[in-house]
Amino acid sequence: MNQKEYVCTVCPMSCRVTVIEHSDQSLSTSGNTCKRGEKYALSEHTNPQRMITSTVKVTDGLIPRLSVISTNPVPKKTLKACLKVLYKINVKAPIVGGDLIVKNICNTGIDIIASRTIKKG
Amino acid sequence: MKKINVDLAIIGGAPSGLAAAVEASKKGIDKILILERNIELGGILQQCIHDGFGLQRFQKTLSGGQYAQKFIDELKNRSVDIKLDTMVLEITKGKKIYAINPQEGLLEIQTHTIILAMGCRERSASQALIFGSRPAGVLTAGTAQRYINLEGYLPGKTAVILGSGDIGLIMARRMTLEGIKVKGVYEIMSSPGGLTRNIVQCLDDYDIPLHLSESVIAVHGKDKLTHITVAKVDENRLPIPGTEKDIACDLLVLAVGLIPENELSKRLDLLMDQKTKGPVVDSHFMTSEPGFFAAGNVMAIFDLVDYVSLSGEIAARGAAQFLNGTLTGKEKSVFVEAGNNVNFVVPQKRTLEGKLKSETFFLRVKSPQKNVSLKCYQDHQSIYSKKHQVVTPPEMLSCVIRSGQPTPLKIQVEVQ
Repeated sequence: MNQKEYVCTVCPMSCRVTVIEHSDQSLSTSGNTCKRGEKYALSEHTNPQRMITSTVKVTDGLIPRLSVISTNPVPKKTLKACLKVLYKINVKAPIVGGDLIVKNICNTGIDIIASRTIKKG
Repeated sequence: MKKINVDLAIIGGAPSGLAAAVEASKKGIDKILILERNIELGGILQQCIHDGFGLQRFQKTLSGGQYAQKFIDELKNRSVDIKLDTMVLEITKGKKIYAINPQEGLLEIQTHTIILAMGCRERSASQALIFGSRPAGVLTAGTAQRYINLEGYLPGKTAVILGSGDIGLIMARRMTLEGIKVKGVYEIMSSPGGLTRNIVQCLDDYDIPLHLSESVIAVHGKDKLTHITVAKVDENRLPIPGTEKDIACDLLVLAVGLIPENELSKRLDLLMDQKTKGPVVDSHFMTSEPGFFAAGNVMAIFDLVDYVSLSGEIAARGAAQFLNGTLTGKEKSVFVEAGNNVNFVVPQKRTLEGKLKSETFFLRVKSPQKNVSLKCYQDHQSIYSKKHQVVTPPEMLSCVIRSGQPTPLKIQVEVQ
C-alpha cells in the first residue's frame, strides 16, 4: 500500500491530505475536511493541473503588457509549451477584459483570455 | 483653486476603495468621489497577474486584474466620480481635502464623510537592516513585479529573494517563468510567512529551495549588484558567526513585509493601534474621528483581498448611516479583548450605535496551533465557536457574530 501526502490548496485551511493507493489500484484519501480536498488530492496524484497566468505584449495601449489567464487549469506538464506560445503573442489595444487571446492553447481544450481592459494609450 | 462638494470622499481606488464606492452607491449616497493617485483604478491588483483572488466572494479563482475589473465594471453603471492621477496632499479635521492633479491643479474638496483606503507600502532595504553599498539590483518585490508584469522589463538574470511572505513566493514563480534563475528564498523566521498554497505552487512546483532561519546580511557591488552574503540566524534573529555564505546574483528581491500607509491619517491625530499600525476602528470601521472611516490595508495588513473588499463595504454602510444621522460616532464604545493566542483583532472596538445586523471581526494568531476552536465570549458567555484544524500567523481568521449588547467581547483560540 503506497501513500503520499499533499497539502490542499483549494482554500487557506491547507488540509494535509493523504492519498492511499490500495492493492486493487483504487485510490482513497484521508485528512481532508471537505469534498473539494478529496478532489484536489486525487487530481494532484493522477493529473496535476495549474492555471496559466502570464502577460502578452500590447501595442498602442495605456500600458505595454496585458495580463492573461486560462479559462480553466491545464495539465502541469503542458505549462511550459503554453507559455512559449504566449511569449510570441502581440495584441493591439483596445482590449476588453475577457477577450479571447488564444483559442485551445496547445490542444488542451483551454482558452487564454484577457484578464483586464486596456484602453488605447 | 477649484472647489468641490461631496457627501463621501474615498481616498484610494484599489479593492477597498472600489468596493466601498459600489456599496455606498447601492446605499443611495448621492455624491461619491474616488481620489486615486495612479493613472488607473485597481491599485496593486493590476500587477498581481496570478490567480487565487476571489475564492470567498466569487467562488472562483480570479487573477488580480479580473478581480479589480469586476468592481471597475460595476462602477461604470453607477454615478460615482473618479479622479485619477490625483494626489491627496492633506486632509483636515473639518473634512476638507486638498488634492492635486495635472489637469485641474489644486483642488479643495469639502466632504461630509471620508473613507481612508490608501492601502500599504513595502518595507525597504534599510528597514530590513541590510547594510553595505547601494548597487542597482536591490528591489522590493512589488517593484520587480511592476517591471515584469506591467512594464515588460526583466530586472535581472539571477535572483535571490528575501522573505517568504506571499509576495516573495509569487515573485519566485513569476521570475522563474520569465527566465530569471531564482537561487533561493531566504526567511529570517523559523516558519514560512506565506500561505501553504503558495509554498506548494510557487516553490515546490519549480524546485526553488526555501531557507528558514537564514537572512541576507550584506549586499556587494559598486554600480550593479554582484553578490550577497547570507547567514544563519539564532533565536534572536542575529547572524551566527561562521555561517556566512556568499551567493552571486544580480537581483535581490525584498519581500520583507508591508506597512499601512498612514501619512495622511497621522495628521488627523487618529487613535492608532501599535500592533496593526493602522487607525483603531469600531464595528462600522469608523476611526476615533467621527465621520472618518478606514478600510483595507491602511487599517491592518490583510492576506485575502476578499477581506479587504468586505471591509470597504462595511465602512461604506457606516458612512451611509453617518450621513442619515443614525450614526454620530459620539456614543460610547468598548474595546474587544484579544485573548489566548490572538495577536490583534480588528475592529478593535464595538459600538451598538447605528444599525448593524452582524459584526465582522478579523484577527491574526500569535503562533501556529492545531485542532483549535476560535471562540467569542460576551459577558463570559460563549456566543461563537468555530473549529480550525490548523491556525497560523500568516492566515488571517474572520468571524461574524450577530450583533448583541455593546458589552465587552473577548476573542480567543482554545485547544479542543
